[in-house]
Amino acid sequence: MVIALTSLTILGAILGLILGVAARVFKVGGNALVAELIEILPGSQCGQCGFPGCAGAAQALAEGRAPVTLCPPGGRAVALALATRLGTDVNLAGVKESVPMIAEVKEEICIGCTRCYKVCPTDAIMGAAQQIHVVFREACTACGKCEEVCPTESIKLQPIPTTLQSWHWSKPSAPILAT
Amino acid sequence: MTQIAHSPHAHVPLTINKVMRLVMIALAPATLFGFWLYGWPAINLWLVALLSALIGEALVLRLQQRAVRPVLQDGSGLLTAWLLALSLPPWAPWWIAVLGSLFAVIICKQLFGGLGQNVFNPAMAARVMLLISFPVEMTTWVVPAPLGSMHAPGLLESLAVTFSGVHVDGMASASLLGHVKTEFTRGIGLEQALSGYYAPLDALWGSRSGSLGETAALLLLLGGLFLIAKRVITWHAPVAMLLGVAVPALIFSTLNPAHYPGPVYHLLSGGLMLGAFFIVTDPVTSPNTATGQFIFGLACGLLTWIIRTWGGYPEGVAFAVMLMNAATPIIDHYVKPRIYGRDRKGAALPIASSGKES
Amino acid sequence: MKLFQLRGGVHPEGRKELSADRPIRVLPLPKRLFVPLQQHIGAPATPVVQVGDKVLKGQLIAAGQGMISAPVHAPTSGVIAALGDYPAPHPSGLSIPTITLETDGEDRWLETETLADPFALSAEEISNRVGAAGIVGLGGATFPAAVKLSLSRKNGVHTLIMNGGECEPYLTCDDRIMRERAAKIVEGIRLIAYSVGAKEVLVGIEDNKPEAIAAMRVAAKDSAVNVVVIPSMYPMGSEKQIIQVLTGKEIPASGRPADIGILVHNVGTAFAVYEAIRYGKPLVSRLVTVSGGAIKEPCNLQVLIGTPAQELIEFAGGYAKPPARLVLGGTMMGQQIANPIVPVVKGTSGVLALTKDEIGQSEASPCIRCSTCVRACPVGLLPLEMAAHIRAADLPGAVKLGLKDCISCGSCSYVCPAHIPLVHYFNYAKGDLATQERGKLKQEATKKLADERMARMQRIERERQEAAAKRKAAREAKERLAKEKQAEQVTEAV
Repeated sequence: MVIALTSLTILGAILGLILGVAARVFKVGGNALVAELIEILPGSQCGQCGFPGCAGAAQALAEGRAPVTLCPPGGRAVALALATRLGTDVNLAGVKESVPMIAEVKEEICIGCTRCYKVCPTDAIMGAAQQIHVVFREACTACGKCEEVCPTESIKLQPIPTTLQSWHWSKPSAPILAT
Repeated sequence: MTQIAHSPHAHVPLTINKVMRLVMIALAPATLFGFWLYGWPAINLWLVALLSALIGEALVLRLQQRAVRPVLQDGSGLLTAWLLALSLPPWAPWWIAVLGSLFAVIICKQLFGGLGQNVFNPAMAARVMLLISFPVEMTTWVVPAPLGSMHAPGLLESLAVTFSGVHVDGMASASLLGHVKTEFTRGIGLEQALSGYYAPLDALWGSRSGSLGETAALLLLLGGLFLIAKRVITWHAPVAMLLGVAVPALIFSTLNPAHYPGPVYHLLSGGLMLGAFFIVTDPVTSPNTATGQFIFGLACGLLTWIIRTWGGYPEGVAFAVMLMNAATPIIDHYVKPRIYGRDRKGAALPIASSGKES
Repeated sequence: MKLFQLRGGVHPEGRKELSADRPIRVLPLPKRLFVPLQQHIGAPATPVVQVGDKVLKGQLIAAGQGMISAPVHAPTSGVIAALGDYPAPHPSGLSIPTITLETDGEDRWLETETLADPFALSAEEISNRVGAAGIVGLGGATFPAAVKLSLSRKNGVHTLIMNGGECEPYLTCDDRIMRERAAKIVEGIRLIAYSVGAKEVLVGIEDNKPEAIAAMRVAAKDSAVNVVVIPSMYPMGSEKQIIQVLTGKEIPASGRPADIGILVHNVGTAFAVYEAIRYGKPLVSRLVTVSGGAIKEPCNLQVLIGTPAQELIEFAGGYAKPPARLVLGGTMMGQQIANPIVPVVKGTSGVLALTKDEIGQSEASPCIRCSTCVRACPVGLLPLEMAAHIRAADLPGAVKLGLKDCISCGSCSYVCPAHIPLVHYFNYAKGDLATQERGKLKQEATKKLADERMARMQRIERERQEAAAKRKAAREAKERLAKEKQAEQVTEAV
């Protein structure tokens, strides 16, 4: 009885010591992970996730306070990349596949106030005072900041139209198995 | 034409249901022979097994709130019960068949997710479960009493045999493998043990004690060849399994004929033929590739021979198959076809410099 | 000649007897032609005509853009009626930029130059002319032929393989063109071989086309062109497979045939090359097989590019039975279209109206892992495993199993007893991965933009602060100076 108790206690103590040492020696800097996550996020600091910028979102992700599906502009690609990095499962079927959007200027009501141009985090809007603004599709992340500041509701997020190049077959409906 | 379908816009005229039907057709001769050989009790047992599989599967599907009809119609549950029935002692009591069938379709198949999802061959798993749980019932064999012969029980008598466990005197017997094993434990040599008990021709035709549908080696072989001809199965697994048994049997019987029976004895006894053509060829629980199937069959055969020779049970097909079922994912992991334009490891083939003359 | 073994493959019912014995007929001139700007792989062409312009047959109406592209020519003479969107011959049913041509019924050719000896041209000139003629791979891949020619010349191709496999069920247009225009095809082949400097020329024809083989042999007599009979099997006419069966070589993964010194062209392309080089005629028409159980009189037609599929069906006597599916191309890789108003384009080899019985597809049931698909796959993939990964939304898992090596031939779907749409899964996954990839590229680009903007903002802010600090310093210095001066004045005064 005594032998059993002591031996187990000693064993426990030794293993605990090893664990303790290992935790110190192999400690992973929290910042390393956050930095990697920031790399993955779009970096447009749009704040749609509810965190202060992409760095804030990365911090929250690293601490497990936010789901990998937090980034609307990033879409499925980012969610997948985050899940891979964090080693979590991601139910993409559950992610409401937000239709990819893009900002578009309604030229009739644009007054050329340059407000959108000033807030755009990716310089995707071109324009000057008193001139109709234009959105570069390739640079727009659909963060929606321009939409917020537009005084005439001329700039709005619109779903990106499907073209022959972007169209692809949808997933086949599952066989009887799943029903 | 609102729904746009993906290519191809043609299809081979085959469905799962048709595949299952072909396998049943291939099983029919051996089954009918078993019915004739062992009389009405065998027919009762077969019917009970099939019915309980259908009912059991329907019940589980209802519990899962899934559509019952399409699943029952694919015929896979029936086939499982059929294979199980063929591996039971023909005069076994009804509840053996019921328990076995329910275990096969509910535990081994539906609980794993239904058709295509099970890890173990349901018929073999059920057989193993029965053999371990009810060794007496599962090893009580009868002397063949063909329909219309003197000893054959009538319809009423057979109902008593199947449903109230009445023993018919003088009918009990041992299977060949069991007999030899028992004689070995009594210290009796092979030659003596076999005398009067083993005639290769009878074994080939199947006129001997044994499971309901396992004795007719020739008919099972014909059924298997039919399936190969119909391209339902390939030759790899069956041939490998027969080799896996025959080769070690040949080697050992040559070295020590007094103790190790020869390949013919092994090939024609027990459930080997049924196993080789109908069990190891089960698509769900066997590997994907031809090479994988060959390895799988070979190992099944080898294990069967080892269990028969040195194991505690006289027959080892079911155990061997279950062990190898567990190894199937590993085989599939390591044995993959080479991809066009890549080497075996999956790296792209080198770009030949011969093409460039500049 | 020694042939090499292929892996997998299937033997779908050929159904070529429906149209194989029908000689090529010319489809009467339709009222309107709808000529899409993109009928090839690469960048779409840009129109060089205006609405209302009168054009002659063979006149350039849209020019190629960039390295990989192909120009488009007026298929007949007439007036440009519209420049706008029109439904594409594509399962998506989306509309694409299309030139609408009102035909004038005269079918008047642009003046073209006929060469007595095309071999007097330089090899480079030939590929230039092929490019200017808007020729693309007519087997269905629609890759610009000239790009392939010049690439092959640069890579030093030694073997030219002409693809007369036509392994797709129903299609007989390559069969017919080889039977009826063998001599011209052989000259086209020789031009291609000359242009790329190939020493060996092999024409692979499946053994189910004995008449075509005989005609081509006669035409190829006394030339370096070697007609080889290959077994009938699907997908024998796939580039990778025909190379393998004839040479035993494999194209390295993600490589091109030129990497192993081989160039593959379709026999129909050779005819187009002949017309373009010999007579200066650009690609404005092609052969199309109209067939299927629902078609009254299956036939092989010479059709102007841009002709609506409906016109072909009507010319073939219309429907004998109500069709269950309309398909452009063959049954194995062809694409269903929702509406027959879509035009025939350079890559359209067939218009099929299929009955339900011919399609023979039923509801998918669970996979029983029978691995028939593994045996059928000509590439050596595990279709069942890949589909299982894709169904579980594990696309990277499917890629690891070789998704990107899949040639989408559909052999697996064809043989699956459970009727699982395997190749549909693969094409969904490939499309989804491409979308993700595009998204990632865009994200990287926008991120760079965001970083640059951030840096710029910071720089501006810093500069503003520095300027402010400078101004402040200057002001303070001034004030100090002023004070000192004041003090001096005070002292002086004292």
